Amino acid sequence: MLRYVIKRVLTIVPVILGVSILVFGFIRVIPGDVATVMLGERATPENVARIREQLGLTKPLYEQYLIFMGNALRGDLGTSVLRGEPVTQEIIRRFPATIELTLGAILIALVVGIPAGIISAVRRGTWFDSLSMLVALTGVSMPIFWLGLMLILLFSVFLHILPTGARLDGATRFEPITNLLLLDSLLKGNIGIFFQTLRHLALPAIALGTIPMAIIARMTRSAMLEVLNQDYIRTAHAKGLKERAVVINHALRNAWLPVITVVGLQVGRLLSGAILTETVFSWPGIGRWLVDAIYARDFPIVQGVTLFIAIIFVGVNLVVDILYAWVDPRIKFE
Amino acid sequence: MSAVAVANEQSEILAVLARPPRSLWRDAWRRLLSNRLARVGMAISLFFLLMAIFVPFVFPYNAKVDSDLVNQLTEPSREHLMGTDEQGRDVMNRIAQGAQASLGVGLSSVLIAVVIGTLIGLVAGFAGRWIDIVLMFLMDIMLSFPGLLLAIAIVALVGPGLRNSLLAITTVSIPVYARIARSTVLSIKEQEYVTAARCVGAPSPRILFRHVFPNSLSPILVQGTLGIATAILEIAALGFLGLGQQPPYPEWGAMLADSVKYLTSGAWWVLLFPGFAIMLTVLGFNLLGDGLRDALDPRLRVD
Repeated sequence: MLRYVIKRVLTIVPVILGVSILVFGFIRVIPGDVATVMLGERATPENVARIREQLGLTKPLYEQYLIFMGNALRGDLGTSVLRGEPVTQEIIRRFPATIELTLGAILIALVVGIPAGIISAVRRGTWFDSLSMLVALTGVSMPIFWLGLMLILLFSVFLHILPTGARLDGATRFEPITNLLLLDSLLKGNIGIFFQTLRHLALPAIALGTIPMAIIARMTRSAMLEVLNQDYIRTAHAKGLKERAVVINHALRNAWLPVITVVGLQVGRLLSGAILTETVFSWPGIGRWLVDAIYARDFPIVQGVTLFIAIIFVGVNLVVDILYAWVDPRIKFE
Repeated sequence: MSAVAVANEQSEILAVLARPPRSLWRDAWRRLLSNRLARVGMAISLFFLLMAIFVPFVFPYNAKVDSDLVNQLTEPSREHLMGTDEQGRDVMNRIAQGAQASLGVGLSSVLIAVVIGTLIGLVAGFAGRWIDIVLMFLMDIMLSFPGLLLAIAIVALVGPGLRNSLLAITTVSIPVYARIARSTVLSIKEQEYVTAARCVGAPSPRILFRHVFPNSLSPILVQGTLGIATAILEIAALGFLGLGQQPPYPEWGAMLADSVKYLTSGAWWVLLFPGFAIMLTVLGFNLLGDGLRDALDPRLRVD
C-alpha cells in the first residue's frame, strides 16, 4: 500500500509543474500588453511601466517563471495590483468560508443522495424510485445559480424564513478564530452565532449540493442494482438473513467503489460551483473574490486563486485515488 | 422432403432476406425510439433546436431598439405571457430569441471540441510512445482544473463576449473527447481486424480512419450529446457572471444577471422563466444522451 501511495504521489509532481506553467503563461499570452489591459482607461505610460515592473514583466521569460515558482513554493502567490494585499494572506482569510460552504454541500449531497439511491435500488419500480430519479434527473440539469436565486426568492423574499446571503446578519459582530464560523462559534461557546451561521449556510449549501446529490443518488442506485443481482445476494436471502442485513452488509459494501469515485469527481464541480454560489449569495469566499478580481482585471489575484484551486483539485483527486486503492486492493496491482 | 416443405422453407428464407438489413446504428435507433425518456429528451432538444433556428428568422428581433419604458417589470399577463423585464421587453420573446446563443454555442463548441479532441486522441492512441505521452500529459494538465474555472480564467483573459465564451468552453472540453477517443483506440488497436488490415498492407492513416475511427464513434456520440448539456450550462454560467453575451443581446444566463437586482422586490417572472428554459434544454440533452448510451451499448444497462 505504501509503495502505491508513494508512486501515486510522485505522479502529481509533473502535473503540478504543468499546471503552474499554464497559470504562469495565462497573463503572458493575452493579446496586447497585460499592463495596458489591466489599467484600461488609466493606462498612462508611467502607470503601464509601473505595473510591468511590479509584475516582473521586464525580465526574460524563464527568469520570470523561476521567480514565480520560487515565490509560489514559499507560499507567496503575488500581490493584488489594486489594493496591494498579498494574495496568499487573502486566500487564507477567505478559504475557510469556501470550505464551510463546500463541506455543507457535500454533507447534504451524501446524507440525502446515498439513502435515496439505496432505497430506489431496493424498491425499484415503486413510486419512490420514480420520484427520486425524476428529482435527480432535474437536479443534474439545474443551473446552480438559478437554483440559488429560486431558493432565495422562495425562502427569503416570499416566506421570510432564511436570510438572502452573507455568512452572518449585517449587525452581528463576531471575531472569528479560524474563520470556520461553525467551529469558531462552538469554540467560543456562542450557540447563537452557531445557529445564525447555520441559517445563513442552509440555502447556499443546498444550492451547491443539489447537483452532486443528484449524481450520487443515480450512481448509488445503479451500483446497488448491479450488486443486488449477484448470486451471493440471493444466497444471503436464501440463508434467511434479514433484508436490512443483506442490503447493508452484503450489497452496500460492494457498491461503495463507484460511489467513492463519483463523490471524488464531484469536488471539481463543487469548486467551480462555489464560484457561482458565492456570487449569488454574497458569500465572502475565494470564488466570489475571483469573480470580483476578474471584473477589476486584477490579474495577480486571478492567477493566484486559479493556481490555488487547481492544486486543491489535484490534491483531492490524489486522496480519492488512494482511498480507492484502499477500498479495492486490486487497483494497486494494475 | 416434400415439395410443400421446400416451398415453405424457401419462402421463409425469402422473408428473412426481405427484412431490412440490421446494422448497429439501425438497431440502436430502434432501441432509442423504444425508450420513453429518450423520446422525451429528443422532443425537448428538437423543440429548442427549432426555436434557435427559426425564431430569429420568422420574428426578426433588434435587441438594440427593443424597449417599452411604459411597461417596465409588469407581471405575466395575457399580453406578455411571461411578463416584461426592467426595460419593458417581453420576457418570452427574449427567451425565444436567446435560444440561438445557448444552442448555437452549445452545439458548435461540442462539434469543434469533438473534432479536435478525437483527432488528438486517435493520434495519441494510435501512434503511442512519446507522442502519446506528450499529448496526454497536456490533456491531463487541462483536466487538472475544474472545467468552469478554466473557462472563466480564459474568458477573463481574452475578454468577455459570446465568441470568447465559445472559445473557452470549446478549449475546456477538448481533453474529455481526447481521452475517450484514445482509450477506445487502445482497445480497438488489439482487435484482429486491425491486425488483418495491417497484414494486407493497409497504410496507417487508412487503418486509423477506416477501421479504428468508425468503431470509436459511439462513445463519442454519447459524450457529445451529454457535452451539449454541459456546454449550455457553462455558457449560461458565463453569461450570468457577465462574461458571456453582452447586453442588450438576449442570452438566458445574461438575462438572469440583468434581473438579479430585482430579486428582493419579488419580480419572480424575470428570474423564473429564463432559468427554467436553461434547465429544460439541459434536461432534454441529458435525457437524449442517457438514451443514446443505453441504445448504443445495451451491456451498460443496469436495469
